[in-house]
Amino acid sequence: MANTPDFDIDYVAKLARLDLSVEEKAQFEPQLGKIIEYFQQLGDVDTDHVEPTAHANPIYDVLREDEPQAVFEQNVAIANAPASQAGQVVVPKVIE
Amino acid sequence: MEIYKTASQLRSALESGEVSSEEWVKQLIQRIESLDGEINSHLGLDKESALGQAKAADQRRANGESLGALDGIPISLKNNMAIKGQKLTCGSHILENFESPYDATVVEKLKAAGAVIFGRLNMDEFAMGSSNETSYFGTTRNPWNLERTPGGSSGGSAAAVAAGFCPVSLGSDTGGSIRQPASFCGVYGLKPTYGRISRYGLVAFASSLDQIGPLAREVDDLADVLTAVSGLDPKDSSSYPETVTGGSSELNGEVKPVIGVPKEFFEYPMDEEVLSSVKAAIAYYEKQGCEVREISLPNSHLSVSAYYVIATAEASSNLARFDGIRYTHRSKDAKDLMEVYFKSRGEGFGEEVKRRIILGTFALSSGYHDAYYLKAQKVRTLIREDFSKNFEDGVDLILTPTAPTTAFKIDESIQDPLTMYLNDIFTIPANLAGLPGLSVPCGASSENLPIGFQLIAPHFKEMSLLQAAKLYENGNEAHLVRPPLGN
Repeated sequence: MANTPDFDIDYVAKLARLDLSVEEKAQFEPQLGKIIEYFQQLGDVDTDHVEPTAHANPIYDVLREDEPQAVFEQNVAIANAPASQAGQVVVPKVIE
Repeated sequence: MEIYKTASQLRSALESGEVSSEEWVKQLIQRIESLDGEINSHLGLDKESALGQAKAADQRRANGESLGALDGIPISLKNNMAIKGQKLTCGSHILENFESPYDATVVEKLKAAGAVIFGRLNMDEFAMGSSNETSYFGTTRNPWNLERTPGGSSGGSAAAVAAGFCPVSLGSDTGGSIRQPASFCGVYGLKPTYGRISRYGLVAFASSLDQIGPLAREVDDLADVLTAVSGLDPKDSSSYPETVTGGSSELNGEVKPVIGVPKEFFEYPMDEEVLSSVKAAIAYYEKQGCEVREISLPNSHLSVSAYYVIATAEASSNLARFDGIRYTHRSKDAKDLMEVYFKSRGEGFGEEVKRRIILGTFALSSGYHDAYYLKAQKVRTLIREDFSKNFEDGVDLILTPTAPTTAFKIDESIQDPLTMYLNDIFTIPANLAGLPGLSVPCGASSENLPIGFQLIAPHFKEMSLLQAAKLYENGNEAHLVRPPLGN
């Protein structure tokens, strides 16, 4: 990780399903390049025998009884959807 | 009647009958309407609901059925916590019209304690920012100086408490978002231990780091709110089984903690006036008979890198849910499903959120995951171990500056993201290690801008933090100074 890797903003934006304008790309590329360059300090740290930390206070195996509980009514659950019909969320045609 | 009251002062006034909760809420609403136009700390306020809750609290009190310390006390919330039937925007265009169908666990608990759920407070978009400048609904201004930011991302929560719009607020802290604005606005801000307070109903930014906490003008109020909202929640499997008990009645400031001062933190560039204020706080503790030790946190210089890799990676995953299908905003120009995703997100998210989604997606992408995300998680272990070693060696609390500067000017740093990120250097380590941290107001600069110091304790030792803050509060007056708002 000695060299700053190739950072392809078009490729990453596609992975993130995120439209960026030409101006945004021109602005983000140098900014993010600088940040990624700063991240390179992590590469110099010896972590060969270090376990990763995913959570600071790990609590494992949290279980509960599988009992039915009250949930939202259908109309409440979809109330914030931008388009709905007959109690369902409407999306553009997916299958040709 | 004095309107600029802390929660415990208001409680006394309610108990003595000097004022009713309803009258006081009415006066707060007037104060907000006359002064918040410039400050812009509120995104919304459901007046009818608040007055109804206040009336109910007065009725309970009249019947001798008061619910305790928070009954009838208005508490405002950063607008990333769900309040049933109210807007939940997270300061974002993409959620501009979203109404929450349920209450966050903290809201349920506050309601059960009789608190009046009050204002919805401005914030950096999705809590991503250190200045409130990334809010879609306009920057919040610092009540101490309207040309300055209040800090962020809980800038609205800090500004509202400082301006006397509410005695207590809740914010959320992922890398310093409660403590840094508290420092900039001259109030207390507590980030509890990770897992102390349920995150159910808090819109997720970085799930392994996010924590809700209170901001107030008095240490006692932090203790009472923490006691009310902490505890196990079956809806958040990372929540911790034990509740904080006792509240402010257990605080007397009669402690002599061993205080560790990390030498690395004092080697970073910081304002001279911040440095001298923090040194004066250290000297105060010494004078009270506390042992002060120089300690080392040798990996702290890696914390900003580790944090911004982990936080953006988690954010890119958490924000994937805003896809134009379920959450209010869908692009009108989208012709097929892919365009719904790309365009709705492109239109709905602001600049800083996009930057972080891109950064996090990159850190998780094929070929880079091990070099960035996994590596950052390993460095996170080293940073956590630095703290544990010191606590095992007998250090009770660690004292640092909260931020390297006082409140910076609006527009000053927003164009340089890396510089903005580096401002979080003192607060980030506690998030990475999951430790509780508290910012304590300790004076002002020559430009009359507040300064704060930070105390960090071992996991679940919030009461030790609050005891030590009380010891400071008992002999100092920084928390009593009000911003110059003309009343």
